[in-house]
Amino acid sequence: MAIVAQSSKFSIYGRPVLAWGVGLMFFFPIFWMVLTSFKTDADAVKPENLIFFTPTLENYLNMTENYDYWRFARNSVISAVSATIFTLFVSVPAAYAMAFNPTRATKDVLMWMLSTKMLPAAAVLYPMIFLAKGIGLYDTHILVITVLSLINLPIAVWMLFTYFKEIPKDIIEAGKMDGVNTWGEIKEILVPLAWGGIASTALLVFIFCWNEAYWTVRLTTIDAATLSKLIEGNRAPEGLFFGRLSAVSTAAVGPIVVLGWFCQKQLVQGLTFGAVK
Amino acid sequence: MGRIVLDQVSKRFGDVEVIPPLDLTIEDGEFAVFVGPSGCGKSTLLRMIAGLEDLTSGNIEIDGENVTEVPPSKRGLAMVFQSYALYPHMTVRKNIGFPLRMEKMEQAEIDKRVETAAQSLNLVDYLDRKPGQLSGGQRQRVAIGRAIVRDPSAFLFDEPLSNLDAALRVGMRLEISEMHERMRTTMIYVTHDQVEAMTMANKIVVLQAGRIEQVGSPLDLYHKPQNVFVAGFIGSPKMNIFSGPEAEKHGAHTIGIRPEHTDVSMTEGTWEGRVGVAEHLGSDTFIHVHDTGLADMVTVRITGDISVKHGDKIFLTPRADQIHRFDAQGQRIA
Ligand SMILES: Nc1ncnc2c1ncn2[C@@H]1O[C@H](COP(=O)(O)OP(=O)(O)O)[C@@H](O)[C@H]1O
Ligand SMILES: [Mg+2]
Repeated sequence: MAIVAQSSKFSIYGRPVLAWGVGLMFFFPIFWMVLTSFKTDADAVKPENLIFFTPTLENYLNMTENYDYWRFARNSVISAVSATIFTLFVSVPAAYAMAFNPTRATKDVLMWMLSTKMLPAAAVLYPMIFLAKGIGLYDTHILVITVLSLINLPIAVWMLFTYFKEIPKDIIEAGKMDGVNTWGEIKEILVPLAWGGIASTALLVFIFCWNEAYWTVRLTTIDAATLSKLIEGNRAPEGLFFGRLSAVSTAAVGPIVVLGWFCQKQLVQGLTFGAVK
Repeated sequence: MGRIVLDQVSKRFGDVEVIPPLDLTIEDGEFAVFVGPSGCGKSTLLRMIAGLEDLTSGNIEIDGENVTEVPPSKRGLAMVFQSYALYPHMTVRKNIGFPLRMEKMEQAEIDKRVETAAQSLNLVDYLDRKPGQLSGGQRQRVAIGRAIVRDPSAFLFDEPLSNLDAALRVGMRLEISEMHERMRTTMIYVTHDQVEAMTMANKIVVLQAGRIEQVGSPLDLYHKPQNVFVAGFIGSPKMNIFSGPEAEKHGAHTIGIRPEHTDVSMTEGTWEGRVGVAEHLGSDTFIHVHDTGLADMVTVRITGDISVKHGDKIFLTPRADQIHRFDAQGQRIA
C-alpha cells in the first residue's frame, strides 16, 4: 500500500465507505433479528412498528420457561465441543502424516476427502436415519458428535495440512535426530509451531458444528437436540411467530457471534489459510 | 565410538536409481567428506546413514550393530542441517538442551552441559534469545551446539556452511576442524566445494551420479586421481585435461597436468600459445593460455607475480613426473 504515494481519493474515502457498506449489509439481518426479538409477535408484523415499538422481554422469558432453552443450549455445547475435540484428535495426526510423510496416494486421498463434501447430504439422509435407528443411536449425543466430526474432518484435515506444509521438513527431521518419537514430534514441535493454525481450525470447526442444522435437526428429537432443532421447532405450521422465532435465533447464534467477535484475528488467519503471516 | 559401514547400500526414488549399490567404511574418529557436484546423491547417502531415508537395499552398521531398521532417534547420531533447522519457538538454551531433555536427563545436568557448549561456541550472551533474533553464523553455532551436547557417536553435516558468507565460511571451517581435533569423534561432512573437502577431510569420498569415484586422503586424490572425473574435480584451478596426439605421445588416451605443474617461459618450451587473461592474485598468477592446439584453454599457475599482457606469445613446459595418464575409459594408467 505504501506504493501508492499520493493516496487517491478512493483509498481515503471510497474504501472505508465500501467496507462499511458491505459490513452493514452483512450485519443488517442480524441486527434486524435482534431488534425483532424484542417485539411481540403482533408488533413484529405491523409496518408502523418497524422501528418504533415498545420493547419486551416476553419472547425470551417465554423461551426459557416453555421451550427449555437451556437444555438445547447444553446439548449444543456438548456436541460442538466434543465434535471439535474429536475432529482435531483425528485430523492433526492425519494432516501431519500427509504433510511430512507423503506417499504417492496422498494427493488423491486429500482430493477424495474433499469430494465427500460434494456429495449431496440428502442422498445419504435416509440410509443414515435407518442406520442410526437400527443400531439404536438415533437421538443420542454419540450419533450427533460422530456425524458432526465426520462432516468437518475433510475441512479440518485440509486446513491443517496447509498449515503444516509451511513448517520446514528439516525442523521435523532435526527432531527425529534429536531423539524424538512420532508422538513427541507432534507434541514438542508440530503443535507449538502450528499453534495459530490449529487454533483457527478448532475455532472454525466449532462454529460449523454449532451452526450445523441439516443433520442435527433430522437425527434428533429431544435427548440430543441442539439449538438448531429449537429454531426449527419454532417454525409453527399455523404461521410464523416472528418475535418468538427471532428471540430463539438470537439466543442460538448469540454465543457464536460473541466468540467470533473475540477471535476475529484468528478467524481471518484461518480463512486465508495462512496467507497472512 | 563411531565406525560406520555401508554394505551394498542403494537408493531408488520411484524408477530413478539415485545411488547404485555401494560399499564404504568410515573408521571411528575419522573426518570423512562426501564431495561431488550438486545432485550426485551426497545428501541422500548422508540421510540414509542418519535414518531419515529408507534404504532400497543393503545394510548399514554402526559400531558393529546393524541399524538398517533402527529409526533416526535411536541411532545415536547428531546432524547439522544446511538450513540449521533450529526450533523457532524455543530459546537458544532450549534448542541446545532439547536432545538432552528428550533423553530425560536431569535438568541440572542439562543446564551444565548447555552452559559448557555455549561457552565453547561463544553463545553465552545469546542463550535467552530465539533463533529469529540471531545472525546466520550464530544460528549455525546453535545448530552445532545442539549436536555436540549429547556426545553422539558420529556427527553428520549436510553442507552446513553454504548459507554463510565467504569470510564466515572460512572461520567456521576452521572451527569445525578444530572441534574434530579436540573431540576425535567420527564426522561425515557433505559439501560440493572441493576446497572444503581438501582442507577438512582425513578421507574424501568423491561421488558422481551416486557412484563412488574414489576414496582417499586429500593428498592421494591430488597426486593420484584414479580417473578423469576426480582429476578434474579436485584441485583449483582445475587440472588441464586433453586427448589427442599429445596424449598419445605419452602412451595414453588422455593426459592431465595441473596448472601449478607447468613451467612458463617467454622464449622456449614444449608447447607454444598466446596469453588470454592473466589473473593476478599477488601471491600467485593464473594465466589462461589459448592457441596451444591442445585444448581451448590451458591454465597455468605461477608463484609470485609475472608481467604478461593479453596476446603475448608464451611457452609452457609440463613437468614430466607430474603428468597424469588415463586410458580410453578414463581410468588412471599406473
Ligand atoms: N525425495 C526425493 N524424491 C525424488 N528424487 C529425489 C528425492 N530426493 C532427492 N532426489 C533426487 O536424487 C538425486 C540426488 O539428490 P541429493 O542427494 O539431494 O543430491 P546432492 O545432495 O548431492 O546435491 C537428485 O537427482 C534429486 O533430484
Ligand atoms: Mg544436498
